[in-house]
This record gives sequence, C-alpha cells and structure tokens, in this order.
Amino acid sequence: MQPIAWQLSLVLMTLVAFGFAFVAINSGRRQDDYAPLQIRAYRLRTRLFWGLVLVFGPAMIYTLMDLPYGATRARTGSGAVQVIDATGYQWRWELSQDHVTAGQPVEFRVTSADVNHGFGIYDANLHLVAQTQGMPGYTNTLRHTFEEPGTYKILCMEYCGVAHHNMMTEIRVDAR
Amino acid sequence: MATYTYEHRPDHGAKAGVLAYLATSAAVLLLMMVFGLLMRLEQAQWISIGADRFYQLMTLHGAGMVGIAAIAGASVMWHFLRQHVELSSRIFVANLVLFLAGVVMILASVLLGRFHGAWTFLFPLPAKSMGMWSADAAALFMGGLLVIGVGFLLLHLDVARAIVARYGNFARALGWPQLFGHDDGKAPPPTVVASAMVTIVNVIGLVVGASILTMMLVNLYVPGFDIDPLLAKGMIYFFGHVFINATIYMAVIAVYEILPRYTQRPWKSNKVFLASWTASTLMVLFIFPHHLLMDFAFPKWMLIMGHIIGYLNTVPILVVTGYGALMIVYRSGIRWDMASKLLFLSLFGWAAGAMPAFIDGTITVNYVMHNTLWVPGHFHTYLLLGMVTMVFGFMYYLGKPDHEADDRLIDRIAFWLFASSVLGFTLSFLYSGKESVARRYAAHLPEWLPYDRIASVFAVLVIASSLLFVGRFFARIGLARHDYQRAPVARAATA
Ligand code: HEM
Ligand SMILES: [Cu+2]
Ligand SMILES: [Cu+2]
Repeated sequence: MQPIAWQLSLVLMTLVAFGFAFVAINSGRRQDDYAPLQIRAYRLRTRLFWGLVLVFGPAMIYTLMDLPYGATRARTGSGAVQVIDATGYQWRWELSQDHVTAGQPVEFRVTSADVNHGFGIYDANLHLVAQTQGMPGYTNTLRHTFEEPGTYKILCMEYCGVAHHNMMTEIRVDAR
Repeated sequence: MATYTYEHRPDHGAKAGVLAYLATSAAVLLLMMVFGLLMRLEQAQWISIGADRFYQLMTLHGAGMVGIAAIAGASVMWHFLRQHVELSSRIFVANLVLFLAGVVMILASVLLGRFHGAWTFLFPLPAKSMGMWSADAAALFMGGLLVIGVGFLLLHLDVARAIVARYGNFARALGWPQLFGHDDGKAPPPTVVASAMVTIVNVIGLVVGASILTMMLVNLYVPGFDIDPLLAKGMIYFFGHVFINATIYMAVIAVYEILPRYTQRPWKSNKVFLASWTASTLMVLFIFPHHLLMDFAFPKWMLIMGHIIGYLNTVPILVVTGYGALMIVYRSGIRWDMASKLLFLSLFGWAAGAMPAFIDGTITVNYVMHNTLWVPGHFHTYLLLGMVTMVFGFMYYLGKPDHEADDRLIDRIAFWLFASSVLGFTLSFLYSGKESVARRYAAHLPEWLPYDRIASVFAVLVIASSLLFVGRFFARIGLARHDYQRAPVARAATA
C-alpha cells in the first residue's frame, strides 16, 4: 500500500508541476483578447473535471470496499480467532499474550489506561502493516492475520508524552 | 452568462497594523524554522538535546507556526478586504496584542514550565504528564491558546459585522443570488467571498475550540468534571483543522488580488468560483473526521464522510483556484518578478500538497500511514510551499520599489533555492512516511537516519532562502506603507 501511495503522489504532483510549467513557459507572449482563451480554457476545464470524476470517483468508492473496521477482515485467515488484549500505559504496552500463530486470524482489543496511544504493528522490515488508536474508555478492535512468521514490533502511533518514541514491544508469530 | 473585464484598481500601501502583523509573522517564522531544524537534527543524531527538549520544541513549533500562519493570513485578508468594506483598525490591533499576550503565556508554559503536550493538547495528555510538567504549566499553555482564540474571534466578528453592513447578509456575500439565480456579474469580488467563507468557518471553529479548551481547563483543577476523550478529540481536530485551513483560504486572497494586476486580466466571482467557495465552506467544516480514521470507535458513517469529502475537497483547489491562476497567466505577457513568481509557485505548492493529503485521507491508506511522517509531509507542502509562499509573495509585492524595478540576482537565486529545497524537504518527509517512520519521535531507529539527514540539509537551505526573503522585506518596509503602482504592466501583444 505505501509504495502505491508514494508513487501515485509523485505522479500526481508531477502532473500538477507540468501544468504549471507549461503555463509559465507560455506566459510570455500576450494574447490581448482574453474571451476566446477563456472559452477554450473553460471547455478544457469541464473535460478535466469529468476526467477527475471518472478516474477518482471509482477509486474513492473502490477503496471503501475493504475497511479495517468490520469483522470481515478476520475471515482472511483460517482457524480459531486468537484474541489479544492490548492496553497502553505511559509508556509501555501490556499484552495479554505475546505470541500468535501465522495464518490464523488475530483480534487485538486495544485500549488505554491513561492518555491516547496508537497501536501500530510493524513487520520484520519495519513496515507498518496495521494500526488503531488506543484510547481511554474505548476499546478498538483490530483484526489482522499474520501471513509471515517472525518477530513483529508494536510501536506507539499517538503522541503520549516524553517517552512516546520508546513505547515499543514485540510479538512473536510462529509458523503453523 | 455575464462577461467580465479587467478593471484597474490602484495598488494600496499597507497600514501600519498590517506591517506589524507581517513583521511579527516573519520574525516568529524564522525562529520556528530554526526550531524545526533542531528537531530534524536531533532525529538525525547530529545534535543531542534530549527528548523533553525535543518535545518542547515540537510543541512550540506547532503552536507557533499555526499561530503565525493565522496572523499572516489575517493580515492579507484585512489589507485587501479593507478596500471593500469598513473594518475596525482598533480590533485589528487588539487581536495582535492578544496574540502576543498568548505567545508570552505559551513561551512561559513551555520554557519555564516545561510543558510539552503538543500544540494539539489532546485530552487528557495535558493533565497526565507523569510529573513532567505541572497543572499550572498546562493551564498556562491552554490559557494562552484561549487568549489567542479570543483575539481571532473578535477579529472575525468585526469582519462579519463589516461584511453584513455592506452586503446585507452572508448569503449575498457568498454570492448566492448569482450562484443560484441569474448571474448578473455583480457578485461580490473574490476577496469578499473568501473572507465571508473564512469568517463563517473560523467563528464556528473558534467557538468549538474555546469550548474544549475551557472544559479541559476546568478538568485540570476539578478532575471530577469528566470529559469524554473521543468527544474531546473530535472537537480538537474540528477546531484545529478549520483553523489551519482557514489560514490558506485567507492568504490565497493575495493571489486573487495581485495576479490580475500583473496580467491585466479579471479574476471574477463567476458561478463556478462561487460554487467552489460555497462547497469549500461546507467541506472544511465536515472533513475533520479524516483525523479520526483510526479511531474505530468513532461513528462509522462520519469516518466514511471524512474519506469522501477528502476527495471532493481537492476539486476546488485544483479545478478552480489552481486552474484559475493558470488561465489568467497563460499567454498574458506577465512580467515575472519575485512577487508574481512566488504567488504562482504558491498555488503549485497548494495543489501539489493536496495530492498526498487526499491519498492519506483514504481509509485503507490511512490504516498504514496515519501518524507516520507522511502527514507532516503533506501539510508542510501546502503550508510551506503554499501558504507561507503566498505571504512571501505578498511581502515582495508590498516592498517592490516601483513597478519597473528589477529583482537582484541573489533574490532570483533564492527563489529557485527555496522552491527546490522545500520540495526536497517535504519529499524527505513523504518518503519517510512511505518507509513507515512514525511522526513525533524524538529519537529515530537507526534505519530511519538517512532520511533525517537529507531532510536536515534541505531544511538549512529552506531557512537560508527564507532569511533572504524576510531580510528583503524588512529592508523595504518603509516603502510598503506608500500608495503607488507596484505591479508591472504586462507585455503588449506582438502581432
Ligand atoms: C524550515 C522549515 C521547517 C522545518 C525544518 C520544520 C520541521 C518540522 C519538524 C521536524 C516537525 C516534526 C516532525 C515529526 O513529527 O517528527 C514539524 C512539525 C510541524 N510543523 Fe514544521 N517545519 C518547518 C516549517 C513549518 C511551517 C512553515 C509550518 C506552518 C506554517 C509548520 C508547521 C508544523 C506543524 C503544525 C507541525 C506539527 C507539530 C506536531 O506534530 O505537534 N512547519 N516541523
Ligand atoms: Cu503511547
Ligand atoms: Cu505514544
């Protein structure tokens, strides 16, 4: 997901840059009569608008199909759901269990005993694979199925005071 | 459809109050940039200041930058709006005085009281520091924000009064008769439409912000006065999102006013323009759940609304304002100087920054990018290369010695240095976000250091070029007060 976001951003930012560069390059010689230019530009803008609607409208809806909120996520794996209660404290995590089995869905029930924390799961390459907020008074249920065995890190993803960056723990994912 | 022609309006000099606003913003901006650099250097492990000082700087940088963005944006709005409606100079100055009082409180809270709960003062962190700061320090910080908020509320109420006095009501100021009925070409000018939008959203935003600040101040001393953390979060992000966005919607008035003077082409409030500003008014108010996408407990329909509005919100920026600038510049014969170049660049910065922003507002993307450096990546793009660049353009415009004056070579070099180093700086943030580097970390993992070091170098260059822009503004501040033609006449058509 992250590489797609990065590449898409670069492409879109570059397209915007091309638009501005094109106009800057063609700004020097004046066409006095603005009206015909305007008519052409408005026509192009209408096309641009519908182009954006056609490309990004479906993207916007498509990306709503697989939201992290519902219970459907747990179905990606097979076998019994492994439940872990995770509670954030300034500045440590308390997990009811710190090892799970790969390929089998895990349900993290995340909350906090004091301030807002963020529960971010990092894989062995230090890439963020899933997260939810840990908030006092609420329990957020995060469902994730680990495909790869290995050691995963839990990092805090919400600023919670002076040791926020040290609030880390690990989860071991064993092969089935 | 109404036709629009360019009418020349004389370039006015700035009132002393506007210059006081700009001077304050410029000075604080540079200082906060240095704080930003210190944070980056600490993450790069090139200096070692310690976590508590890092988070103190982070708190000051966030609050300070948001504050001066609002002050600078307000000065742009006030300068141009005054040419259309009758504004009170006293209230304008009172806002600056309250702002400075709030700044002193915040500085005392952070530097003496060691408060470092971040500018977002997320409940209940200010009250739960684990002994790192006292309740009094937290109260001083939130009190300072409250004082600043009251100042801005006064200013916006005065703007509201003046707009209503001239246009009758806000519907007319937003051009609704022309938007929903026959466009007779008599809709209020873009400056008035934008000011009306900003006034509506900021008054609501500030009232919500002041409410949560007051609730939290009470809670600090009377813990029995319970606050729902999720409600508090919603209110804080509502206020924060509206307030920081409003700074851009104020600053963009400089583009609407100044680029037409350079191109001798009209930038008028036609139907599309009016529709986009009315839409933006609503969207800025309803987009805030995109800050809460990882709060699974928040009402789901609101999160989906945040996702959708994130996409829609991009349309007016790209298709109306960004495109509008392209239209009036294309084959206009514009003479490029520092002011026109910076203003043109600023719309690129705003539009470019909107790209990673809406992508991050996609729930499935947010799931793996929320609170990584991707977030500072996109907002530094549209704040630094958009909002701040608009203000730099406005400063160059005010200080331009005469309409035919040429820029010095060093300024031209600084322009390109600024444009490229800001991009380098923000792309380092974005790339770090792609690599999952968490935001607001005083110490980074060894794997993350290379990006921090590259970003630090770019940050030095950003500061160097900004220093020159600001220095030039102060050197010419005497000129800025006078009324004379500043915008050069576009090249004549060559047959
Ligand atoms: C040379 C220019 C700048 C530098 C070097 C800089 C640097 C930084 C750094 C290092 C952070 C913390 C990133 C992290 O989470 O690890 C940050 C956050 C931030 N910056 Fe900047 N910045 C600059 C300009 C600006 C400008 C112009 C604005 C606004 C107008 C701004 C607004 C903010 C805000 C609101 C935050 C968030 C603070 C928080 O997370 O609590 N910055 N900046
Ligand atoms: Cu935490
Ligand atoms: Cu934390």
